[in-house]
Amino acid sequence: MTVKTLASDPSSTGGRGEVMSGQTVTPRPIAMRDAFLERVWRAMADDGDIYFTCADFGSPVLDRIRGQFPDRFANVGIAEQNLINVSAGLAVEGFKVFAYAIAPFITMRCFEQIRVNLALLSKVRSVNVNLIGVGAGYSYVVSGPTHQCYEDLTVMRALPNVAIYSPADHVAAAALFDPCLANTGPKYLRLDAQVLPVVYESEPPDLEHGFNVHRQDGKVCLVATGYMLHTALKVADQFAASGRPLGVIDLFDLSGFDARALSQRLARYAGIVTLEEGFRGRGGLDAMMFDLHARQRPGARMLNIGVEGDYRFELGTRDQLHEQVGIGLQAATRSLDRFMQTLST
Amino acid sequence: MERHLREKARWVWRETLRVHRRAPETRLASSLSAVEIFVALYYGGVLRFDPAEPLAAERDRCIISKGHGSICMYPILADLGFFPRIELERVCQAGGILGGIPDPVIPGYETVNGSLGHGLGVATGIALGLKGRNSDRSVFVVTGDGELHEGANWEAIMFASHHQLDRLNLVVDNNGVSMLGHTDDIVAHDSLPDRLQAFGWECHEVDGHDVVSVREALLAMKAQVAGKPKALIAHTRKGNGVPGLEDEDLCHVMNPKPELIDRLLGEES
Repeated sequence: MTVKTLASDPSSTGGRGEVMSGQTVTPRPIAMRDAFLERVWRAMADDGDIYFTCADFGSPVLDRIRGQFPDRFANVGIAEQNLINVSAGLAVEGFKVFAYAIAPFITMRCFEQIRVNLALLSKVRSVNVNLIGVGAGYSYVVSGPTHQCYEDLTVMRALPNVAIYSPADHVAAAALFDPCLANTGPKYLRLDAQVLPVVYESEPPDLEHGFNVHRQDGKVCLVATGYMLHTALKVADQFAASGRPLGVIDLFDLSGFDARALSQRLARYAGIVTLEEGFRGRGGLDAMMFDLHARQRPGARMLNIGVEGDYRFELGTRDQLHEQVGIGLQAATRSLDRFMQTLST
Repeated sequence: MERHLREKARWVWRETLRVHRRAPETRLASSLSAVEIFVALYYGGVLRFDPAEPLAAERDRCIISKGHGSICMYPILADLGFFPRIELERVCQAGGILGGIPDPVIPGYETVNGSLGHGLGVATGIALGLKGRNSDRSVFVVTGDGELHEGANWEAIMFASHHQLDRLNLVVDNNGVSMLGHTDDIVAHDSLPDRLQAFGWECHEVDGHDVVSVREALLAMKAQVAGKPKALIAHTRKGNGVPGLEDEDLCHVMNPKPELIDRLLGEES
């Protein structure tokens, strides 16, 4: 089979820091999907049990996978229900399956297939299926609400035995390949569609605890996931410049994070702020932290920054869209200002 | 073999009535239409299986997609030694393994089937995986005709022919009735064989209550490995053999009175 490839993209190779003259060079930012698929592609050469399925969705690195491993690659077409079902069938035959599609489609178009043939079936059969969804939050900026994804954390975390990973840069995305390959059970990896700045410059994230501390000081800690970690870091830098340091934590393992360690880490703060690129108050990151906090520290104050209101069709840059729904840098700053005033009174 | 199969089919029909008599939560009508299909598969030398090791790699895979319409599998699996016969006495009871809808905690069941329209897609993935491993094992999947309304089936039907999954065998228990009436009156499956053939499948039809014919058709289907997935449309009667139930519009949710079941079993013995 000959494979017509997408236009070759020089940014799709490499990804990790290269050591030159004894110094670690900051990795060039690349797309999360290419960093992750690079790991899959390399592993497929040695591990004949890895199977790749997709719902008519590609990437430059995927061209290599389908070109080199046509016997372990299947494009089911625009058919996410069948993507899940075929992946489940491959998994019970012992394959480690990576199923790849646009994030809202691979979670919500085929939710019952995920529930029945991955979550339920994995209670009695070994089912290593990794759902790789591209397009977290507003990352398909001009494609509108069908392709944007603000509900996936809520619906996927309703499934108690599905792991959920939400990396903030391509280094974290690539690092998450290891638990995906090694651990059986269904998993969902939500990847941003845009190339994001590198956060994990010198070392990959802390897979053992599922979260990383990026700033420690202050009375308030920001807990963010995915793209919103970048917003959180900008907010923290602004506040630090005016003498009000803030803690910042990247929560990327949303199902398996070490709750005790995170609680201990948060115990030093008077207030907790969640930042997510999903609807506020609908069971996403805010609910997770509320749940953790209500049980561990009922006295602490919490602010939840998430998408306000409901669906919108406005066009704009990602920053503009974020400001409209209350999760942009300026909107978050205003909310945080008010929150910190309530803490000091 | 022919006499043996007919006796087994009669025995399974009776045992299914007995299970339902004890556990009226079970769906009777859609299980009675499938008796001869499963008897032919499991007693007719069609499927390779090992009750001592239900998930042995050498087995043929049988995906029983029609969920609650497969209560007739309970006596079959018990009889073959997949689990102790005592389980038949405590269907739908706490501590038992046999529920109103079979779950894959039951030895012999491969996948989750309570929600309809999932079996064919998963079976297709299994067939793709076996092909990837150069296995010559066959995959059978038994669905009802009502559940073919689920669109995911047709995604799998397209996929299976494109990938030439010629060890995939679909058996449709075509009893013509879903929960609220005859499928012809709901959303008709006009010319189901023509539809499947148009999708690139080999398709045959059989009288689904003639167990000997069903066995012959299944063996012929299994033996045909020529680049196409295959389907057998078994024409059946929902509630087969139970007066007042058979082919009634609402037979899916009808329970015959215990006295009727006792009378039917008494006439048989």
